[in-house]
Order: sequence, then C-alpha cells, then structure tokens
Amino acid sequence: MLSRTADNLYWIARYMERADTVARLLEVGSRISLLPSAQGYRSEWDSLLQATGMAHAFAKKHGEPVQRAIETFLFFDRDNPSSIASCITAARENGRIVRTALTTQVWDALNTAFQELRGLEGTKRSSMDLSRLTDWTMRHAAMVRGSIDATLLRNDGFNFLNIGYYLERGDNTARLMDVKYYVLLPRVDFVGSGLDNYQWTTLLRAMGAQRAFHWAYGGDVTAAKIADFLICNPQSPRSLATCTAGLVNHLSRLAKAYGRATEAQDKARNLVSGIETATVEAIFDEGLHEFLTRYITDAAELATAIHNAYLGGEMR
Amino acid sequence: MTQFNEMYHGTEVRIPYARLQDWIATMPQELRSLKQAEAEALFRRIGITFAVYGEGGDPDRLIPFDMFPRVFSGSEWARLERGIKQRARALNAFLVDVYGRGEIIRAGRIPGRLVYQNADNCRTPSGVSYMLESREIMMRMFPDIFRENRIEPVDTYSEKLRRTLASVAPAKCNGEPTVVILTPGHFNSAYYEHSLLADLMGVELVEGQDLFVDGEYVYMRTTEGPQRVDVIYRRIDDAYLDPLCFRPESMLGIPGLMDVYRSGGVSICSAPGSGVADDKAVYTYVPDMVRFYLGEEPILRNVPTWQCGRPDDLAHVLANLPELVVKEVHGSGGYGMLVGPKAAKEEIERFRAKLAEDPANYIAQPTLALSTVPTFVEEGVAPRHVDLRPYCLVGERIELVPGGLTRVALKEGSLVVNSSQGGGVKDTWVLAE
Amino acid sequence: MRLMVDHLTLYRYDAPVRSIVQSHRLTPSIFAGQAVIDWEVTVSGGVEGARHRDGAGDEVRGWTIAGPVTEVAVQVRGTVETMDLSGVLRGHRESVAADCYLRDTAPTRIDPALAALGESASGADMLSLAHALSAAVSGAIAYRPGVTHAHTTAAEALALGEGVCQDHAHALIACARYRGIPARYVSGYLFATEDGTMHEAAHAWAELHVAALGWVGFDPANRCSPDARYIRLGSGFDAQDAAPIRGIARGGATEAMDVTVAILQSAQ
Repeated sequence: MLSRTADNLYWIARYMERADTVARLLEVGSRISLLPSAQGYRSEWDSLLQATGMAHAFAKKHGEPVQRAIETFLFFDRDNPSSIASCITAARENGRIVRTALTTQVWDALNTAFQELRGLEGTKRSSMDLSRLTDWTMRHAAMVRGSIDATLLRNDGFNFLNIGYYLERGDNTARLMDVKYYVLLPRVDFVGSGLDNYQWTTLLRAMGAQRAFHWAYGGDVTAAKIADFLICNPQSPRSLATCTAGLVNHLSRLAKAYGRATEAQDKARNLVSGIETATVEAIFDEGLHEFLTRYITDAAELATAIHNAYLGGEMR
Repeated sequence: MTQFNEMYHGTEVRIPYARLQDWIATMPQELRSLKQAEAEALFRRIGITFAVYGEGGDPDRLIPFDMFPRVFSGSEWARLERGIKQRARALNAFLVDVYGRGEIIRAGRIPGRLVYQNADNCRTPSGVSYMLESREIMMRMFPDIFRENRIEPVDTYSEKLRRTLASVAPAKCNGEPTVVILTPGHFNSAYYEHSLLADLMGVELVEGQDLFVDGEYVYMRTTEGPQRVDVIYRRIDDAYLDPLCFRPESMLGIPGLMDVYRSGGVSICSAPGSGVADDKAVYTYVPDMVRFYLGEEPILRNVPTWQCGRPDDLAHVLANLPELVVKEVHGSGGYGMLVGPKAAKEEIERFRAKLAEDPANYIAQPTLALSTVPTFVEEGVAPRHVDLRPYCLVGERIELVPGGLTRVALKEGSLVVNSSQGGGVKDTWVLAE
Repeated sequence: MRLMVDHLTLYRYDAPVRSIVQSHRLTPSIFAGQAVIDWEVTVSGGVEGARHRDGAGDEVRGWTIAGPVTEVAVQVRGTVETMDLSGVLRGHRESVAADCYLRDTAPTRIDPALAALGESASGADMLSLAHALSAAVSGAIAYRPGVTHAHTTAAEALALGEGVCQDHAHALIACARYRGIPARYVSGYLFATEDGTMHEAAHAWAELHVAALGWVGFDPANRCSPDARYIRLGSGFDAQDAAPIRGIARGGATEAMDVTVAILQSAQ
C-alpha cells in the first residue's frame, strides 16, 4: 500500500475520533457549567480549552471564555483545526483522496457527515441547541466507525485505520482525565469532596461510560475506581489498556503481513506493559498527572515511530 | 445551414433509434422528472463532479446528464471503428517519425516548423469516467430498454486499458509489470476519473511525491518500503513530469524520471512529447499522415479546417467569419472561440482584430459539422447538437471501446458542447449486429 | 592537442538534505574533433543511475545520492585529444531535426534590440551570415564578468552591453533564430592560452545550423570558432537546457555551489 494512502487512512480515523472527543468535551463543559461555581475556581471552560491545547488560539480570537463563543469555536470554527467542522471536513477529504481504499459504505458515512455538516453550517445557530450538535457528531463518528468495522477488508488499510483510532482515543482519554484531576481540581483538599465526585460522574457521563462503570464497580464513585476503569480495565472501551492493546494487535498484524517488525512494534509493546503492570496505588503514588503526562509523551513517540516506519515513505 | 438529425430522416425514424421512439412516447412526464432527479442523485452520490477552472462557485458541480441516449448501428460503428483505428495508427507512426528521422517533413507533406516549433502541449483525454458512469446509471434506471436493445458493453474499457499499459512495459521489467496512474492530485477536476480507473484496474493511484528515482529505476513509496514501478499512466502534463527536465523552478514532478524513462527503466503513457499529435494545427494533416504512412485513403474525413496562418486560408476565413467557428490552436474547454452564426457583430469584429494580430494562433471550421440528437428539454424532447469523443488505446494492439463520450450542447441552437459552458453528456450506444 | 581536465563542483547545504537527484551531461561529445583518452566522473556518496544518449547525441547520466548529506562533490577527471575543425561538428550522431532549434525559450526570446542586431548582419551565404551575426554579438556585448547572472536573458544582456560567455551565446542564438537559422547552446571546456585573452575554463558557446556544413560552432565571447582548445560536452535550447549538471535536493536547505576547473595541456 502507498505510504500516502496509509497516512490518509490513519488520519481519517484520528480526525473522526477527535471530532467525537470534542463533542464529548463540549458536553462535559456544558454539564460542569451547570454546577454552582465556587470561589477560587478557574473558569471550567477555560480548563477544558487548556486540556486540549486550544486555549491559546481561543484567547487570541475571542478573549474571555464565554460559553457561546466556545461552542462556536469548538464546533464550527474552520480556523480551529481541531473544531468538529474542521475534523469532519479533513476526514472526508482524506477519504476522498483514498476512495479506492474504502468501501462504498465507509465513503457514504464520511460523505454524509460532511454534506450534513454543510447543512448545519447553513442553519441559524440559535435554532440548534448544543446537545443536538454533540449528538449529531457522536452519531456520525459512530456511523463511520461502524461502517469500517462492518464492511472493510481486514487488510493493512484496516490496521492503519485502527491504529489511528486507538492512538487518538488513548490520547484523548488521558487528556480528559488530566483535565479532571489536574486542571479542574487544583487543590488537593477538594479530593473526595462532593464536588470531586460530581465532576468524576460528569466525566464518566461524557465518555458515555457512566452505566458501564456502575455495572463494573458498583458503590460510590471514587478516584481510584475511575482511574482503574479508565486506565487499567481492559473491559472499558476507552481505557488506556484497551487502546494500547489495540495498538499492539494492529501493529503485530502489520508486522506479520509485511514480514518485518519495526521500532513501532517495540514501542507499542513497551506502552502496553507500562499499563499492564501499573496498579492504581502505584499510579497515585507517582501522581496521576505525572503518569498521564508520561503516557501522552510515550504515545506521541509511538506515533512518530509509526510515521517513520510506514506513513512517511522514507523506509528503505 | 443543414443539420443532420441522427434520429429522424425527414419524418421517418432511423433504424438505430426505432425502439427509442416508443420509449419516449410512452414515458409519462412525471416518470421522466423522477428519473432525472434519480440520475442526478446517483451522480452526486458517487461524487463524479466537475470543477470549472477559474470560475469559483461550487467545486462539486455536476455535469448535466441527458437520459436520451445517442445510438449508433453496428455497421455505422464498424466504419467509425475502422476509421478511428486507422487514424490512431497514422498518428502513432507520425510520433515515431517526428522524434526520429522526420520523413514526413523531409517529404514536404507537413511543414517542419509547424511540428518542431510546437511547444509540447499535451491535453490528457478525460471524460472516460462519464462514459462508464453514464452507462452504469442508465442500466440501473432503465433495465428494460437494455433488454429490448442489444447494446455493446463499455465496461471492458478498464480491462483493455490495463492490458494496453501492461503491454508497453519496458524490456528491463521481468515478471508482471507494476502499473500506476499518476495524477496531479485530489484538487484536480478529473481526480474522480483517475481514482475510478485506478480502482477498476486494481493499480495504485500515485502523485508525484509518491514516486522517486533511485539508481536506474523509479520506485513508489509504500508501507513495505520502495516498490519498483514499470509503467506510469500519466494524467499530468509533460511540464510536471520531471523538474530536472522541464521546470527547474517547480518542485512538482519526479526528479530524474526522464533519465530513467529515456534509458528504458520505465514506460510512460502517453509518451512525453506526444502532445504534438494533439495540436489543432497538426490535426489538419491527419489525412496526409494516413496516406503517407499507411498508403491508404482516410476512411474518416477531417472536418474541413482552415489554417489562419496560411494567407489564402486567412483570406477565406476573414471573408466568411459570420459562418465559421474559429478556435485557438492551443485552446481547450471551449474558451477563446468564436461561433460565427451565434455571435454578435462586435464579437465578430473583435475576432477579426485578433486574427489580424496573430493569425497562426487560430484555425477555423464550418459550423455545420455537428449533428443533432433528440434531447430532453423543458418542453419535452428537442434536437440538440452533439459531438463524440471515442476512446482508443494504442499499445501492442489498437483497441477501441464500442461507445464513447457524447457531449451535448443543451442550449437551443448552441454548438458549444463543453461542460464548462452549458454542455451535458449522454450515454452512447453501439447496437450489436 | 591533448587536454587534461580537472573539474570539481562542490555543493554545500546549510542543513542536511534527504536526497539528491542529478542529471549529468559531463561526457565529451563523440565527433571527429575530439577523442576521449580517459574520462571519469565520480559523485561522493552517489549511486550511478540510468544512462542514455539523448536525441541531440549527448550522453546523459543520472545519479542519486541518499541523504542525509550536507555536501556533495562532483569530480570530473580526464584526457581528451582534440583537433581543429574550424568549428564544424563533423561526424556527430544525433536524431533531433535541426528545425527544432528554431523554437525560442525565455532566455533567448527576441526583443526589438536583438532583432535590430540580427538585422544588422548580412552575408552572401548562410555561413557568412552566421559569421556576421557572431561578430555583431561580439561587438554589441563586451566581456565583463559579474554584471550578469545565471538568469539574465539575452535581451537584458544586450541592453547592458556587457556579459559573460553565457550571455554572448544566448544573444547569438536569439539573433540567429530570428534570421531563420537554427541555433543552440553548447557547454564545454576551454583551454586558456598564456596570452591571457581566454576566459572561463568552464565555457559555453553557440552552434548554428548551416545547411551545407551542418552544425558549426561560434564563440562570440572570444570572437572565434571552436578549435583544438575546446572540449564539447553537450547542447540544448539555452544554458539551462544544456547545463552539464542539473540537480534537485529534497529538503528545505539552501544550496551553495563552488566550482574549480583546471584545463592543462598534456605533454603526451
């Protein structure tokens, strides 16, 4: 497969997953903003922007983080490369370039999302509430993902798509947790407070994992349980354990198909064993923020290794 | 001005169209509108759209599709086929000759300056995707008429193209040749076509950046490392093939490609420089080429063409401007042309001035050249002018698909069939004998 | 005359480049006026690629250099036995029709001043017209290094009235084509004699196609036709087309080039 084709597939996945996460972020933000705000807090919206690395661009364009401006910035703004509109457009354009590597169903899902997006962009903003926009995004992200799973040949292209999904998803899970733990709750004496628990629940809800969590753990929502659920639990669809296992799986399939392993496979295995051997106690000893930061850095290095080995076309 | 209506001879229906007579007679207006909408939805869904250069607007514009097919009888087509293949053989011989000994020029049959001073200007033939998709859509919407009429299939094109490309693989290639299609990229208006052909043939669709030269060969960048390429079906102009050769200031293209090509490491289709055979001025000499190289009489006549660069021709053209079509020699897309009978006085005078200034840049042809075919219009069915673009493949063998792209001028009386100026497309049928 | 060539071109990049592709016209032409005794081209870190003889009879060789590199040296060394044929390119095999060289290119495009210069020359036959054109160009453009650059056009050089061999050749080509004589650019080497009137060891001149003789060389920079002091490498429509080394580097680095050429007469 052409390296550029693999790269396009990989980015289709990353962009669709990113759109999905931004929609979830918007949901977290609007839920948290319903909370009576306590003295001494930074703006929650600002924290969300900080966590996703979009705070600077936003401040430059809009100044104060006002909810409406943030919604527009995260959903519609084409100048913001991580906005949902930008992500869906980029995913669809990547798909158009590699049409021949996709099934009609996958292309239809991408193209329909894009065509409907153009419809949304032409609709009066005041006639659409936020939940309609976030629901719409998550539905289309799921349709693209579903059509890939249901119709695509299990070849190298399928592996590159999945690698994109798992890398992006793991990165997003780590960042969302970091928002909660490091940014939203900066003072350690809040840990265990009612506020703390409310925020954890909101986070779970945003990840669509609230029910799953209760089925798996039961009882009170605690930081330890959540960390276990989102980091160590291989049953949780967004946990770092699931994402890294997915990466190793699809990278191994590539190594087998091509008859050659690369630095990327080694890095992915290291990432997995870091998660597998981690316990919640150890993570909290190290500091959740430090642990997550380390994960994000390692995952970025893995992405670079994947680029060098497969996507950049420089491999000899 | 006499016009040939392909469906009617006086009031009688010509045989190839006999079955279509009932078809339109019995098709209710509502069904027609419904089908037209369905066709458009299908075209849009498959994403076969067309961007008009320099016009802005919707980049995903559709070319209007007319459901009324254009029909050739088997014997009509057989003659066309012989004529087209004859021309293809002559043009091929011409290309070999002008880049070799130049016999036809020495023999004084074509002016050397016309050929040698011609900056290569290859326009890659597009539209084959319309031929393929129009047929798909027609078959899907009107299966009955395909049952009633025995229509030659066109979907053999991609297989013929693949075989043709494989047949020109360089001698240095051992085993099954690796063929790629080279596209300018996804912003190109014909990108859909490039990607369709790649898909139908099962070959990679590459951009310049995907290829590189190493030692004596060209390779593509793949996820498994470099893979050698044997045949490049290029849908880009000469100027963008190799910056070392053509445009040193541009970073487009594949540096070193021409050296590999010339030393036989890779085949390029169409060959660099073959654009000279596509020149409108050189075109007028095709009948001479047929006689010179093949020793045959041309089966197909050229549209009579006056070369404004020749004083006699220019005088004729200037004297008859209101009756003629005047085109730029290197023009395409229907721009920079004058359709005398449809033009306002001022426009004719404007062209008169242009012709005086740079006569060699223009050719002229009579306007009666285009026949008409019934076409669905607002009021029902009415004759509209059409042309035909056949697709002929020249490799080890010469192959022609029974069909082609019929472009139709949708405006009443218009002779401009270009999609950028209100033209549409029709399915083209060749009936089996 | 036996001439020894030592020609080093050094490319330096301010940042490592990923790869370099070059196309060379660095092999002496095969014709009655010169015979190669020995000849070698080396490229540091380079892999020799395809070689072929093009339609104009030049041997073209491709080279690829895998990066990352910051410096590439192209070294040409060899010995050639030359003979004075008064500029006539006798016994040179080529397939391109001479009329092709009536086509103009950006650096050789005619302008009113060049046209006037072309008109000013006259001759009883084509050969004397060619000589007259060459003399006219020699008179109109004085040899002076440093005032023009690689992209100066014939029209600009004539307007300046000064230039180097490249400008002389471009101007002569433009004037000749204007008069209907096919003309082309030739690159090669020139052995400088002790009297010091010769310039530029890596040299360039023009060839005009004179029906009776075929291609004939003219060197307006030195007011003569190529003789035994000249080594011919290759030709093209203009300087860029006839360049002995063409190359492209991948990666966004700035390139600096350093050329040293020594042509010596061999004592046998």
